[in-house]
This record gives sequence, C-alpha cells and structure tokens, in this order.
Amino acid sequence: MPRAIDVSQAVGDTPLVGLPSLSPPGYSLWLKLEGLNPTGSIKDRVAKYLVESAERAGRLHPGSRIIEPTSGNTGIALAAICAPKGYKLTCVMPENTSAERRTLLAAYGVDIVFSPASEGSNGSVRLARELAGADPDLYMPFQYGNPANPRAHYETTGPEILRDLPGVAAVVSGLGTGGTLTGVGRRLKEHDPAIRVFAAEPEYGELVYGLRNLDEGFVPPVLDQAVLDSRIKVDSRRALVATRELVAREGIFAGVSTGAALAVAIRVCQPRRLPEGSQVAVISPDAGWKYLSTGAYDPGDVDTIADDLSTTLWA
Amino acid sequence: MAIQVRVPTVLRKHTDGEKAVSGEGGTVRELVDDLASRYPGLRDALLGQDGQLNRYVQTYVNDEDVRFLGGIETPLADGDQVSILPAVAGG
Repeated sequence: MPRAIDVSQAVGDTPLVGLPSLSPPGYSLWLKLEGLNPTGSIKDRVAKYLVESAERAGRLHPGSRIIEPTSGNTGIALAAICAPKGYKLTCVMPENTSAERRTLLAAYGVDIVFSPASEGSNGSVRLARELAGADPDLYMPFQYGNPANPRAHYETTGPEILRDLPGVAAVVSGLGTGGTLTGVGRRLKEHDPAIRVFAAEPEYGELVYGLRNLDEGFVPPVLDQAVLDSRIKVDSRRALVATRELVAREGIFAGVSTGAALAVAIRVCQPRRLPEGSQVAVISPDAGWKYLSTGAYDPGDVDTIADDLSTTLWA
Repeated sequence: MAIQVRVPTVLRKHTDGEKAVSGEGGTVRELVDDLASRYPGLRDALLGQDGQLNRYVQTYVNDEDVRFLGGIETPLADGDQVSILPAVAGG
C-alpha cells in the first residue's frame, strides 16, 4: 500500500497470510487480515462504498446526518469515512455489543441509540427504519439492503484474493449482512465456477435469540444464497477455541468471528468436499482488540469464557 | 431411529417447554411429520404455506443448513443432531 491522501484511500489491499500450523494435512489455509484496515475491520470497504455511492446519487451534503443499524463495525467504519467529509452519524446498535465498540463510536462523536439485547441485530434494523422513516432529513445507507455493500467486495476483496491466491479453490467467511460472501463469491465464481463458497453462521446463546416471534427473523436482502455452497453454524465455544488457537499457534490476534470462519474452513478440508491440495482463503473480518473486554483471550476455563461470550454479539 | 432436535426458546411453547425433543424419520420432512403428531404447533412454525421450510427459520443437520443439503428431503440417520434457529443478521 503506497501513501494515501486521506483515510478512505487507505482502505483495502490487506495481507493474505498463510496458516502453516493450523492447515489440515494436504490443504493450505490463507487468512485475509481485514483487521488491518484503517478502523480495524472489513467494514471500512463497505462504509467507503456506501458513502461514495450516496454522494454520487446526490443524497449527501456537508452537514447531512446518516443513520445506520449496526452491531458496531459498520458504525465505526462509517464514522471514519464521514468525519473528514463533515457528515454526522447516528448508529442504532443492540445493547449487547462489546464495550470497545461503544467506546470507539463515542470517540468518533457518533450518537448511539440502543436497541434491546433480546432483539439482536434485527431489533436495531427495526428501530433504525422507524427513526429514518420519521425524519426525511436522515439518510440511511442500510448495509443489509444496499447493493454497494456486496459491490465493495466484488470490486475489491474478491480481486485481491484472486491476485494473491490465483489457485484458490474455496473461500470461507462469516455471515453478518451476507455482503462479503455475496460479493466475493460472485467474483470468484465468475473467475472459476468450481470455486466453493462456505458461510460460517454464528450461533449465539439462547438469550440472544430471545423470545422473538420467528416471523420477525430477518434475512438481509443483499445476501444471495445462490452464491453459497454451504452454510455451517458455529457456536461461541468452537469460535472461541479456534480464535485462541490462532493466537497460540499462528501468532495472529483475531476477533471471534475469525475463529468461527476458521473452524468452518478446517471442517470443509476433507476430500469429500474439496480435493486434496486445495488452497482455501479464509476472511478475518477484524482483529481481537474490540473483544478484549469479553474475556475471550483471558486465561481460564474455555467453557466458562464461552458461556460469558455467548450473550455478546460477535459478528 | 432417534434424532435429537434442539428447540429454540421461541418454539418451546409448542413442546411443553422442552429444550430438546426426540423424533424419528428418514428425512427432515418425515421428522417434522413425526414431531407434529406430538407437538402440533411445530408444523406451522417450521413450514411455510407451500410445505417448504420457513425462510425465517434456519434448520441444521449436524451444523449444516439443510437448504444446502437436500432441503426438506434431506436424509437423516440415527444419531443426527437437528437444530432450529431463528434467522439473525450481523454487521
């Protein structure tokens, strides 16, 4: 990455790092470190595309206010893109997100509106829609439904993987909005339809799912299920164990959803699903910094830590 | 043939409060039929009007979403673990 004239120009072009110790025999895992983006997550790519596409459409002017539902990373990324441009930002966020995410948003001067923990991210979507609907001066990019989200990955993340791992056989990433896998998956399958796309779905503790009616469940419109070959759920314990292995054996300090993606990558490295010798790109959406307060990296009993973690939204 | 089914909190009103129930069937459809014979509310919760799986519910066999296996006709074997989860987004 050469020098950048402002923070938005420093987004992307992240390293792809081999995992020699954790790759199953006969397979090579490569981790794309999106935590090295300017605000520390893959969402910098999305925020840049969301804001720039709104500007091109004439939806934003100096002093405009943006409102967005987020579990944290998209809000932090939007804040960084908006700050130099003079846009104000309101984030609607579930109250059970990590303390670091809230602290960072506050540091950027973002107004935070909390939605109930029991409604998860779906609750922040509902509340943001209500607030945006009631005030025509607010602009809501809406990462869950905005094609600029998968386009960021189609135009940047996907081509970077193809450039750095030309023989890639499969890609694995977590599912949040579905934007990463939809964009990267489309790009990779256009290049070679044989490339497999695996989704790691976070499975939280029961408290996160709460007592909601199933009909309130939310499937993000940007997720194109046709791009996926498999969707595999990973609970907090397995995600945590893989996250801790990554620090201990590869020296990579990543967030919990990286552990979830890594667990799925290891699972699919078997001849029934991928030919031996396959190279697999795993996307690490962020580093571990924002999860220190959850205890994920503390010494102690994994089961106890996983129990605590299972009530926090980590994707 | 016993298959363990984990039931989310929101559906336990149909299973007398049970977190996990045991059922039988060679496919997901047969399993749903078997469960519905004892827990009638489950059928409407799990299946849409078209008889296919409700799109707001994720059904997993051994952690894999059945949509990418064989859908409602996904074969089941003794000892399989079935989990039902509400769809949740992140970001």
